Amino acid sequence: MRYHQGAMNQLPASAQWLHIDWMLLIALGWLAVGIAGALALHRLALVARWLFPAGGLLGLALFGVALSALLATPETALLPVGLPGLPFHLRLDALSAYFLMVMGGASAGISAFAAGYFRSGEGTPPGLLCLEYHVFLVSMLGVLLADDAYSFMVMWETMALASFFLVTANHRIPEVRSAGYLYLTMARIGAIAILLCFGVLQANTGDYSFSNMRAQALSPFWASAGFGLALLGFGAKAGVLPLHVWLPEAHPAAPSPVSALMSGVMLNTAIYGLLRVTLDLLSAPLWWWGGVLLAVGLATALFGVVFAAVQTDMKRLLAYSSIENMGLLFVGMGLTLIFSAYAMKPMAALALTATLYHVASHACFKSLLFLGTGSVLHATGERNLGKLGGLIRCMPWVAWLSLLGVLASAGLPPLGGFVSEWLLLQSFLFAPGLPVPLLTMLIPVVAALIALVSALAGYTMVKFFGVIFLGQPREDKLAQAHDAGHWERAGMLWLVLGCLALGLLPSQFIQLLDPVTQQLVRAGLGAQVAAHGWLLAPVSLDQASYGPVIFLLGILACFALAFVLVRRLYHGRLRRAIPWACGFPWGTARMQDSAEGFGQPIRQIFEPFFLMRRELPSPFDSQPHYRVQVDDHFWRWLYLPLAELAATLARLIGRLQQGRIAVYLLYSFLTLIATLLVVQR
Amino acid sequence: MSFSGLLSQLLEILLAVALAPLLSGWVSQCRAWLQGRSAPSLLQPYYLLHKLFNKESVLAEHASPLFRSAPYVKFGCMTLACAIIPTLSTDLPLAPAADAIALVGLFALARVFISLAAMDVGTAFGSMGARREMLIGFLAEPALLMVLFSASLISKSTSLTTIVETLGHRELAIYPGLAFAGVAFTMVSLAENARVPVDNPATHLELTMIHEALILEYSGRHLALLEWAASLKLFAYSCIGLALFFPWGVAEAQAPLAMLLALPVLVGKLAVGGALMALLETLSAKMRIFRVPEFLATAFLLAVIGMLVHLLLAR
Repeated sequence: MRYHQGAMNQLPASAQWLHIDWMLLIALGWLAVGIAGALALHRLALVARWLFPAGGLLGLALFGVALSALLATPETALLPVGLPGLPFHLRLDALSAYFLMVMGGASAGISAFAAGYFRSGEGTPPGLLCLEYHVFLVSMLGVLLADDAYSFMVMWETMALASFFLVTANHRIPEVRSAGYLYLTMARIGAIAILLCFGVLQANTGDYSFSNMRAQALSPFWASAGFGLALLGFGAKAGVLPLHVWLPEAHPAAPSPVSALMSGVMLNTAIYGLLRVTLDLLSAPLWWWGGVLLAVGLATALFGVVFAAVQTDMKRLLAYSSIENMGLLFVGMGLTLIFSAYAMKPMAALALTATLYHVASHACFKSLLFLGTGSVLHATGERNLGKLGGLIRCMPWVAWLSLLGVLASAGLPPLGGFVSEWLLLQSFLFAPGLPVPLLTMLIPVVAALIALVSALAGYTMVKFFGVIFLGQPREDKLAQAHDAGHWERAGMLWLVLGCLALGLLPSQFIQLLDPVTQQLVRAGLGAQVAAHGWLLAPVSLDQASYGPVIFLLGILACFALAFVLVRRLYHGRLRRAIPWACGFPWGTARMQDSAEGFGQPIRQIFEPFFLMRRELPSPFDSQPHYRVQVDDHFWRWLYLPLAELAATLARLIGRLQQGRIAVYLLYSFLTLIATLLVVQR
Repeated sequence: MSFSGLLSQLLEILLAVALAPLLSGWVSQCRAWLQGRSAPSLLQPYYLLHKLFNKESVLAEHASPLFRSAPYVKFGCMTLACAIIPTLSTDLPLAPAADAIALVGLFALARVFISLAAMDVGTAFGSMGARREMLIGFLAEPALLMVLFSASLISKSTSLTTIVETLGHRELAIYPGLAFAGVAFTMVSLAENARVPVDNPATHLELTMIHEALILEYSGRHLALLEWAASLKLFAYSCIGLALFFPWGVAEAQAPLAMLLALPVLVGKLAVGGALMALLETLSAKMRIFRVPEFLATAFLLAVIGMLVHLLLAR
């Protein structure tokens, strides 16, 4: 039944295995692993020791296959599932291959971690989690491979449902249930928008395959409508302003490997979808789409990072940081759209490269950090930053691996986060001669905000790492915290390797991105970058260059030289004593900055961002207490009124339901008469 | 990579490492004169370093390896920063490894490490210092980046050597954009180097200090390295200022002998710059910590305005 249309494939279908076949095989493997998990519902040892590692190996295989597919020509396949006469069209091109590669790489690490993470306990049994987890993976793979609206939506919805069940794994906790409900609601709204978007894109032809949508030349109005719907739909999944509210609820509620998978991999599908629609399906982007994306992205990034800086729950902090990174990705996409609308291909390629690079580095460091919080959560049972501290001494593995993730997330050289930020700033700086003066003038402002956001990300990450891992333990029980097990370490180590590779080998990685940028904006940086070897110089060596390896070696050489010289010329004597603390001997762990304390300057500077409720003690209180609650304006002014409106409408409609059969018969009768009247005319 | 390039690179690193404490000494000497005090010796920072290196290092009992390695990381970052800023020559083999953005990233890396180290021991002062340092950092860092971008827009490059070459070769035209950037840069460098309106390098009053609070738990060789790194940072900032606003007299690849002239020119410029910094410090009073964000936000906005002015006039 299956046949191929690969450009290079002239052989009979059965003679040669294409990349896409291997991918389908991997998907089947994941399904098999999931079903095996469902059969071994409560046998934790089997699920943890065999099934999750097998899933991780399949992820690794996906990474390899996608890497090789990135350099191959596009392949298509038909999968006869679903409705009769409506098979799944699948297509593997450079864009899908790239996102699949990121997904395979990240999920390999996360699955390895999950092998050591899940325990039996309350909530969903481990076998069922295994099934949901692998269905989630398969559905994301399906989303990335889909080549028609039907299969895309089926996979998209499966992804939303699987992740909903994963989020509500600890469904006995009421907050988790309400987070899951909120997530499902937002996923619904997004899915409807995407469905309508595909409806617009097929332009009344009735053919919902992507190849047909590509061929349609829509009028600017309908193209913009399609873009708007795509922005709404994929924006809801990415968590951009003002559709972000589910993200800080759902990501923390899920078990940590699931949070990692959602933040590091699932959010990328939204970026993929938006890139697919705007740059591939809608052939000619308008410049103001880019402007909209830029504005939305900037607002999201600033909002996300400011909120991240004041969080007191470690997973919520990371969730807000994900919002920030999605904002940065939207900025990159916006810039790409603006440049490609004005046919400035090299610049568009630069901005797109920055975006795609950030997709990979965000997948690595955010998964890594979520996994780190998972280990901390297991060891201490605490998510509240105010009850952690000093864990670097009893959990050195998790702490040092997380440190690398923190440095990458703060956008510091020589790690992965810095390269994408560097490329993004370069594309801002060398945006010469945009025909719209307003845009040219706005560019420095946007660059300034990007710089501010990344500096604030540094603040947030210092808070995250410092409060959890450094200082003295704020609770007594923390001294007994145990380090992560072998599987958890292996998973984190793999992701750290990703962060390091992305940080140190940017030129090599950008050459991999070349087919993707060639496909989407018809230009690439590959040849330019390859010419300079270890130095990354996207435009020319005179304009800008960055050599992370030399950079790292320079710091390390100074480090080593200083170390050796000090010991040679002087001495290495060391004495341990109690901390000095200005001679104050009664210091306790509670006198360190708490998470609230560390975020206080941000709360003060960005006060209009927050909806703050303070309870301050008065001088006459016998038991003074201080409370501050920081909320989101959007929740109060947008979502609560909407929810109330929906509830009011439901109540009005509810009046119809009298519960007596006579009334319902009356309704039927009235409907019949009304219908007859209409028909008669 | 030519031999003369290698030589100038090596000379620049050695000069920075050797001269940086002298610059700090010069600034405090000028400050003492301006304030009518009798000045300490110009070599006082070297005596201090020598004394500290001789002392044994006393470490808090639960300090982690992060705490011990942070001084070396900071020292390495600052040395690398001095190595890539063209002060004597623009023929620097290390310079392509890091452009203006990476330079700001380098400062940020050092800042993050030292803030984390300050939080490591877990005393109230350490975490307070870390919080304040990051507070200053998150506003000063983008401001510095915008200052560098103003110069980048003129030279169409973020590479520091290209910036210096372009700015050094232009005819003596006044760039209004650079004027704004100059004011912003002065404000940022006062804040970043723990100078008076923001912080006081001589303070020992716990509640007002920032830089001193960060390094409160350090002693012996670790403290020496941090003090040295702080003077290297001052040196690096001065050199950035000179490179952006007074780039004349820097040798280029075609004329290696100009290095002989470049050295006295550099020393002269640094001496004048240090004296001006001491004057600024003497003329201003230390501000409350909560005013610092306003101060730095002003610098940030000035730098952005500088860029806008440049773009406005360029068309």
